Amino acid sequence: MTSLPHTLRIGSGAGYAGDRILPALELAEKGQLDYLVFECLAERTIALAQLERSQHPDRGFDPLLTQRMQAVLGPCMQQGVRIVTNMGAANPLQAGHEVLRVARELGLPQVKVAVVLGDDVLEVLSARGMALPLMESAHTLASLQDDVISANVYLGADALLPALQTDAHVIITGRVADPALFLAPLMHSFGWAADDWTRLGKGVLVGHLLECAGQITGGYFADPGFRDVPDLAHLGFPLAEVDASGDAVITKVAGSGGCVTTATCTEQLLYEIENPARYLQPDVVADFSQVRLTQVGPDRVQVSGGVGQPRPDTLKVTVGYREGFIADGQMSYAGPGAVARGQLALDVLRIRLNEAGFADCESRYELIGVNTILGDRIMPAPELGREPSEVRLRLAMRVKTAAQAKDVVNEVEALYLNGPASGGGATKSVREVIAAASVLIPREWVTPSVLLLEN
Amino acid sequence: MLLRDIAHARTGDKGNRSTLSVIAYDAKHYRLLEKLLTPARVQAHYEGIVQGPVERFCLPHVGALNFVLHGSLAGGVTRSLALDAHGKCLASGLLAMDLGHQ
Repeated sequence: MTSLPHTLRIGSGAGYAGDRILPALELAEKGQLDYLVFECLAERTIALAQLERSQHPDRGFDPLLTQRMQAVLGPCMQQGVRIVTNMGAANPLQAGHEVLRVARELGLPQVKVAVVLGDDVLEVLSARGMALPLMESAHTLASLQDDVISANVYLGADALLPALQTDAHVIITGRVADPALFLAPLMHSFGWAADDWTRLGKGVLVGHLLECAGQITGGYFADPGFRDVPDLAHLGFPLAEVDASGDAVITKVAGSGGCVTTATCTEQLLYEIENPARYLQPDVVADFSQVRLTQVGPDRVQVSGGVGQPRPDTLKVTVGYREGFIADGQMSYAGPGAVARGQLALDVLRIRLNEAGFADCESRYELIGVNTILGDRIMPAPELGREPSEVRLRLAMRVKTAAQAKDVVNEVEALYLNGPASGGGATKSVREVIAAASVLIPREWVTPSVLLLEN
Repeated sequence: MLLRDIAHARTGDKGNRSTLSVIAYDAKHYRLLEKLLTPARVQAHYEGIVQGPVERFCLPHVGALNFVLHGSLAGGVTRSLALDAHGKCLASGLLAMDLGHQ
C-alpha cells in the first residue's frame, strides 16, 4: 500500500457557473495542487440545463466547460492535478465526451474522464414519489403535475469515491452536495472511513469554506474605508492545505490579489448556513459551532474545531418546475422632480393594468434608487439630504402566459408617449419562471454509478 | 454609532429565508452585539421586508451572530419578483442600524 500524503492541497476554481477563469488558471499553474475543484451548480441550473438538453440532446452541461478545460487541462496534466467538477449539470456523460474532445484538441489524448451518474431521479419520483410533501409548502409533489422539468438528488462524497479510485484525471458529476466535491478527495487520499463523523465534519467545513471560490479571498467583501481589499482586480482563488486529521490552512497563490483573513473566513463560514451546529449534508451532519479561525501568517488562516454527527437517513432532491412568466418593465426619470414623475408614472401604470384585468396578479410597483431593495423605512429618502438626481421605475408582475407578460411590459414602454414628461431608457423583459422545490427521499431510491471514458 | 462602525455582515439565501451573519471587527465588541442585536430588534429593523420570525445563533469563538430571517425572499430566489431576488443587499441594510451612544 502506498503511504498516505502529509497534506493535501485542494484549490477552488469556480464558485458558480459563470465564474472567472483566469484565477483558476493561476491556481492550476502556481498552486502546487493535488486537486482543483470547480463548483458550478446553483439551485435551478440543472432545470435550465435540462430544458437545453431537451432541445439539443448533446448539450445540457455547463456552458463554460469547454473554455475552462481549454484553459486548465494542459497545466493540470503537466503538474499532476486532478480535476473534480459538477459541470456535468443535466448531462454529465456528454460533458465527459466534451472533455475528451478538448483533450484531443490540446494534444492530450491520454486524458481519462470518470463520469458520476445517478443524480437524475425524475423517473423514480414519477413512479414512487408523487405523494412526498414539498419542503416549501403544505402541498405534495403531485401538485406540480406536468410542470416538473427535472429532479436531481444531492449525491454525497460516497458517490464520488469509486470515480476517484480509477486513474481518471477529470471527474465529472451532475448534482452533488457542493462540499462533497472537496470532501471526496480528502476521504480518498487520507482513507477516512464513511462513519468517521468528526473527520467528515472537518472535511465538509473545508469544502464549505472553499466552495464559493473568491468569496473567501476578499471577493464580496470590500467596503472602502472599512474593509479595503488589496488588488481586488486580480482577486486570487483559494486553496486549502489539509492534514490527515482534517485541520486546514486556507490561503491563496502568493502574488495574487485579495486577502485571506479571519474576517473573510468568518463571512464564508456562515454563508448560507442556518443552524451552525447542524449543517445537513448527505455524508454527515456537520457542526461548525465550535470552529476556531486563527491568522497564522499573511493570507493564511488556520481552521480547526469542526466536528460532525451521523449522516441523515434521507437525501434532498431539487425539483425544477415551470411556474408561469415574470414581466419586468423599467423606465428612467431624471432631474428636478424625478421622484414625483416616477411616482406619477407608477400610478398611471397601475390604473391601466388594473383596468386591463391584472389587478389580482402578484406585482411590484417601485422606484429603483428610492425603495426597491430596502423598502421605504431603513434609509428614508429625506435623510439622504437631497432628492436623487435620477430614479428608475420598475414594474414586475407574475402572469400565466408569455402573451400576458408582453402586454404588461408594453404598457411600461408606452409611458414614452402616454406618461409623464421626459422618461427614458425603457427596457422590457419577459422570462419563463423555472422555480425550484425540494423533497426528501430514502437513500435506497438512489443508485449512483461511474463510467470511465478515454480516447 | 452605526452598526457599520463595529461590524460587517453578509447574507445568503435558503429557499424563502435569508441567512445573515453579523461579525465584530474587534472581538471586544462581540458581547455588545449579542446584547443589542436581539431577534426582535433585527425583525423590527426589516419591517415590511422580513415577514418573520427571526432566529439567532451565537458564535462567540468567531465573534459572530448568525440570523435566519424567515419569509424574507418574496417566495425564494427562483420565483421572486424582487430586483435583488437573493436578498444580497439586506446585509448592508442592517449596517445602517443606529446603536446610539455606546
